[in-house]
Amino acid sequence: MNSSTATAAIDSTGSAKTSRYTIVDRPAFKLKSLLGRWETLLALLFVVVFIINSIVLPNFLDLYNLADGTFNFSEKALIALPMALLIICREIDISVAGILALCSVAMGLAHAHGMPPHGLVVVALATGTVCGWLNGFLVTRFALPSIVVTIGTVSLFRGLASVVLGDQAFTGYPKLMVDWGQGYFFGIIPREFVVLLVFAGVFAVILHTTTWGRRIYAIGNNPVAARFSGISVDRYRLVLFMITGAMAGLAAFLLTGRIGSTRPNIAMGWELEIITMVILGGVSIAGGAGTIGGVMLAVMTLGIVTYGLALANIPGIIMTIVVGILLLITIALPRLMRGKKTAK
Amino acid sequence: MLVTQVPTPPPVLQLSGICKRFSGVIALNDVALTIRAGEVMALIGENGAGKSTLVKTLTGIYQPDGGTIHLGGQAVKFTSPQEAMRAGITAVHQETVMFDELTVAENIYIGRQPTKGFPPRIDWELIESEAEKLFARLEVNLPVRARVKDLSVAQRHFVEIARALSQDARVVIMDEPTASLSQREIHELYRIIGQLRAAGTAVIFISHKFDEIFTVADRYTVLRDGCFVAEGALCDITETDLVSLMVGRAIHQTFPKLDVDIGTPLLEVESLCHPTEFDQVSFTLRQAEIVGFYGLVGAGRSEVMQALFGLSSNVTGTIKLNGQAITINSPNDAIAHGIAYVPEDRQHQGAHLSLPILHNITLPILSRIGFFLRGRRLQENAIARHFSEQLELKCSYLTQNVSELSGGNQQKVVLGKWLATNPKVIILDEPTKGIDIGSKAAVHRFISELVGRGLSVILVSSELPEVLGMADRVVVMHQGHIKKVFARAQATPENVVAAASGSELPSEEAAA
Amino acid sequence: MSQANQGIKAIFKQREALLAVLVVVMIGLVGLRAPVFVSPTSLANLLTDSTLLVMLALTQMFVIVTRGIDLSVASNLALSGMMAALLASKHPELPLAVVLLVAVAIGLLLGLINGWMIGYLELPPIVVTLGTMSVYRGLVFVLSGGAWVSSHQMPADFVAFPLGRLLGITHLVWIAAIVIALMWYLARYTRFGRDLYAIGNEPASARYVGIDSARRLFWTYGLSGAMAGLCGYLWVARYAVAYTEIAYGFEFTVIAACVIGGISIAGGSGTVAGAVLGSLFLAVINNALPIMKVSPFWQSALTGIIILTAVLINARGNSKGSRQILPLHLVNPSSSRSAA
Repeated sequence: MNSSTATAAIDSTGSAKTSRYTIVDRPAFKLKSLLGRWETLLALLFVVVFIINSIVLPNFLDLYNLADGTFNFSEKALIALPMALLIICREIDISVAGILALCSVAMGLAHAHGMPPHGLVVVALATGTVCGWLNGFLVTRFALPSIVVTIGTVSLFRGLASVVLGDQAFTGYPKLMVDWGQGYFFGIIPREFVVLLVFAGVFAVILHTTTWGRRIYAIGNNPVAARFSGISVDRYRLVLFMITGAMAGLAAFLLTGRIGSTRPNIAMGWELEIITMVILGGVSIAGGAGTIGGVMLAVMTLGIVTYGLALANIPGIIMTIVVGILLLITIALPRLMRGKKTAK
Repeated sequence: MLVTQVPTPPPVLQLSGICKRFSGVIALNDVALTIRAGEVMALIGENGAGKSTLVKTLTGIYQPDGGTIHLGGQAVKFTSPQEAMRAGITAVHQETVMFDELTVAENIYIGRQPTKGFPPRIDWELIESEAEKLFARLEVNLPVRARVKDLSVAQRHFVEIARALSQDARVVIMDEPTASLSQREIHELYRIIGQLRAAGTAVIFISHKFDEIFTVADRYTVLRDGCFVAEGALCDITETDLVSLMVGRAIHQTFPKLDVDIGTPLLEVESLCHPTEFDQVSFTLRQAEIVGFYGLVGAGRSEVMQALFGLSSNVTGTIKLNGQAITINSPNDAIAHGIAYVPEDRQHQGAHLSLPILHNITLPILSRIGFFLRGRRLQENAIARHFSEQLELKCSYLTQNVSELSGGNQQKVVLGKWLATNPKVIILDEPTKGIDIGSKAAVHRFISELVGRGLSVILVSSELPEVLGMADRVVVMHQGHIKKVFARAQATPENVVAAASGSELPSEEAAA
Repeated sequence: MSQANQGIKAIFKQREALLAVLVVVMIGLVGLRAPVFVSPTSLANLLTDSTLLVMLALTQMFVIVTRGIDLSVASNLALSGMMAALLASKHPELPLAVVLLVAVAIGLLLGLINGWMIGYLELPPIVVTLGTMSVYRGLVFVLSGGAWVSSHQMPADFVAFPLGRLLGITHLVWIAAIVIALMWYLARYTRFGRDLYAIGNEPASARYVGIDSARRLFWTYGLSGAMAGLCGYLWVARYAVAYTEIAYGFEFTVIAACVIGGISIAGGSGTVAGAVLGSLFLAVINNALPIMKVSPFWQSALTGIIILTAVLINARGNSKGSRQILPLHLVNPSSSRSAA
């Protein structure tokens, strides 16, 4: 396609300079560097937890139970995917749960006014995208820090949802939503999980194999140099915020279908769990690093931990302690190990 | 003439045998320096000669691997900047160590504010009155309650000097203090240095400008490639001899200038204006030509280039390429038109340090390679390898992070990246700043090769020998305006420096 | 600043003064609509309601000034408060002062854990406090077994203290006043406070001039935690109930109060007056809404709009525009720049 221009650039050199050495593309494969990677450690953690759980809990390895365990994290993970891209770009979005709530309310409203079921997913996506656009607009147009903007917008979005809902709830959603939220493919694989896998694949392809992904890493690594290299940094940021909003809308569609109602406290506290998924997945808060694979591994690990605790009848709040400790250990450990050697 | 034997006072500071290496690179090799109280010592050397490493060793940021430091006859070892400061060695850096949001008075006493009473509270009245006394001593008029962010560069320097005085500094190191100062401010600085000298403080004065050196300093120490070369009294040596000590070879050999046919006008810039940064900038760049842009730091040259590259808004004026007017609203537009800009700040603006060499080089041309990069890896690697080899990049492999390379090689990566965009015009902003001599020469050779291939080069540089050696024409900027354009034959050091300082008469800059 | 700039214009240039005027104007406007709002009782209630937010915003201010953030304050508050409540209910014979000290000590410890990780391990504040926020909140449940501690389980003096009166003013307001004075002293007259501003302004330069950043940050988060501990007791005592979800989400209100008060998230600047006024501002809004018969459901949305407006206004003041290279004297021909 465009390869001719690229080769033309190479051919344009007049002087035939034979270099004194050739530069190798990449170093020889070293097992040690593979083992030192975050994703490997996460995978190990996942396997360890899996084994512990299957030994300790009798019903753990039941296939139907395992499948049901995915409901817990599927919607959150859908939002964690674009959030990972945002954090790689050195931004953050604390308003995602508020966007989800607002999208759910929007669907409720639309449904109450007679919108056909297939229109509801469009309503959710549209509302989410608009909310994401507001975040992105404020951050890029006025150069405001995203943490502060999204602290403001989360109040706004949840507030608007509250205003519309009042002290009531929307219920009676159509079968289409229930099918997607609670339904299964082939009787065993939850539809939500499949949706998650599909989108994980899409995001992984975008981030790791396309020019878009390459530019996102560049922006996160050094936004100034990225701009100097011709990347429209603001446009990428705006689009990422919009995608995050849209995915929150999709998650709203699935979640509302699963729980069957829209209440004011829907998805309360989700933003922190989602951010934990991303950070645990190896995405650095400083930007410029992280993989979708790592995020998915973190999602699964957290998922089976939650699921195991639920099977053991341990209340969900204990989960927050476990998640918190996991997060702290994963960021502290590399620092503690490195700390002995660093010379300032 | 009567020669009286004056007993020389013992040296305030004596360095001998100082060695410092950084992962295999020898930065300082057996360096010696001696300075007496009340003396101004000029520390001279090219970029990369080891001056800043030596300063950092003196101020406690680095610890020497070998050698001794004697302060007032006593052997000392500094493990931190605070220890050096307490011992009486302070530095006035180019980028001042200041806290913008705090006041002038507080900046002077930060970290060691005097307290009074019980419970101990910071004595603001004392701080402010002491600061005022310091400025009175320096005969400088600065409101002590002003916030540092509102000050000019010169005023920030004065605050740092005041801070040094308040710590009873015995040695004050000034690293290129006159960069971006106006003539009047430079003379105030000279006066202050005179005061320091009269008070018995030793001053180490680092500068590239020989007129300043000969005006203000008593003695000189020359470093070259990390080694001590010579020292002596300035009254006993000429500028030419100093330069050859510095460089170790005659100047004209370091700038390989090929004879190329300069063609028709390629880029015509007319009346480029910006509300605050520059005004009425017009110049022409012809095919295969090297136009040098010289000026003091802060003259507005980088700002003009960034505007040309589409990085600024609020820019008015016309830009014509090959006679056609073009609009450049973003770097993408510029790249599409064949303009490339290699920025001054290699680490923050030029390269992505934590990304591999490969990714750095192909970043601006990703869209030319294709959307799905996975499948085009061979092609991408080939492009990156081609430009790396062409620039003789020293690296282990293409996926190595740029941060692991030396300064010179990092610059090659940035150059490679821009060459890969297949430009017609390449703007180089201080391309050899802070890199070692070997790479510098390579860059110069390469620039000549570029024009040999038909590219046009705009070379923004603050190093006079570089501009005079490489450019076909020299554009001199001063405070946002183009002061004068010299053809190669008329560009003499005196003319160019005079124009850059804003004065009209070339003779004014000649050292007294 | 020349003398001519003084006067009304100068006052309005000061962010804090503008905020103060705004607060007064708001109270006045609400008072027009509902005169009961400006009655002494109502205003006193307003003051009392704002105290906890004010105190937490003050210590959060120090944290934000160092370029950090403490998301764990609400969970810290809940945990300290729950521990205080449990202690008092199981040992009603303990003097109130002891219970109070225990709450503060627990809060301090929880804060120092943050401080150790952020100051000494140099981990990013947002991630650390995100983690500790979850852990502390979970520990409240573990400690209480999910059960509530209700008012009849709490000793009488425990519950009565916050709203007890001294010279006609509630203890809460007295405590808040003392805290404001202490924080002002800390920010202005101690090396600790000044060092924090330096660290937030230029972390590398701060290290260069010898400021022990690790130790300073350690104690800053400790301070934030200790305040959360104190407020934990006050909250639980004032509302006479302790359960797992108390103050849920309050950390965002605290941060919002700081942002409205002009404390920059980028660090290095922020005043005690700003934190206090930002908190008062939010408190006025919260108290005014029910009086103005605005549905409580609008509260969250309005708060969000206010935060966004405050951030936008504050951002105007920090415009990192282009440098001034062209000499200004071109417009007004006079002598060249001098050091004056």
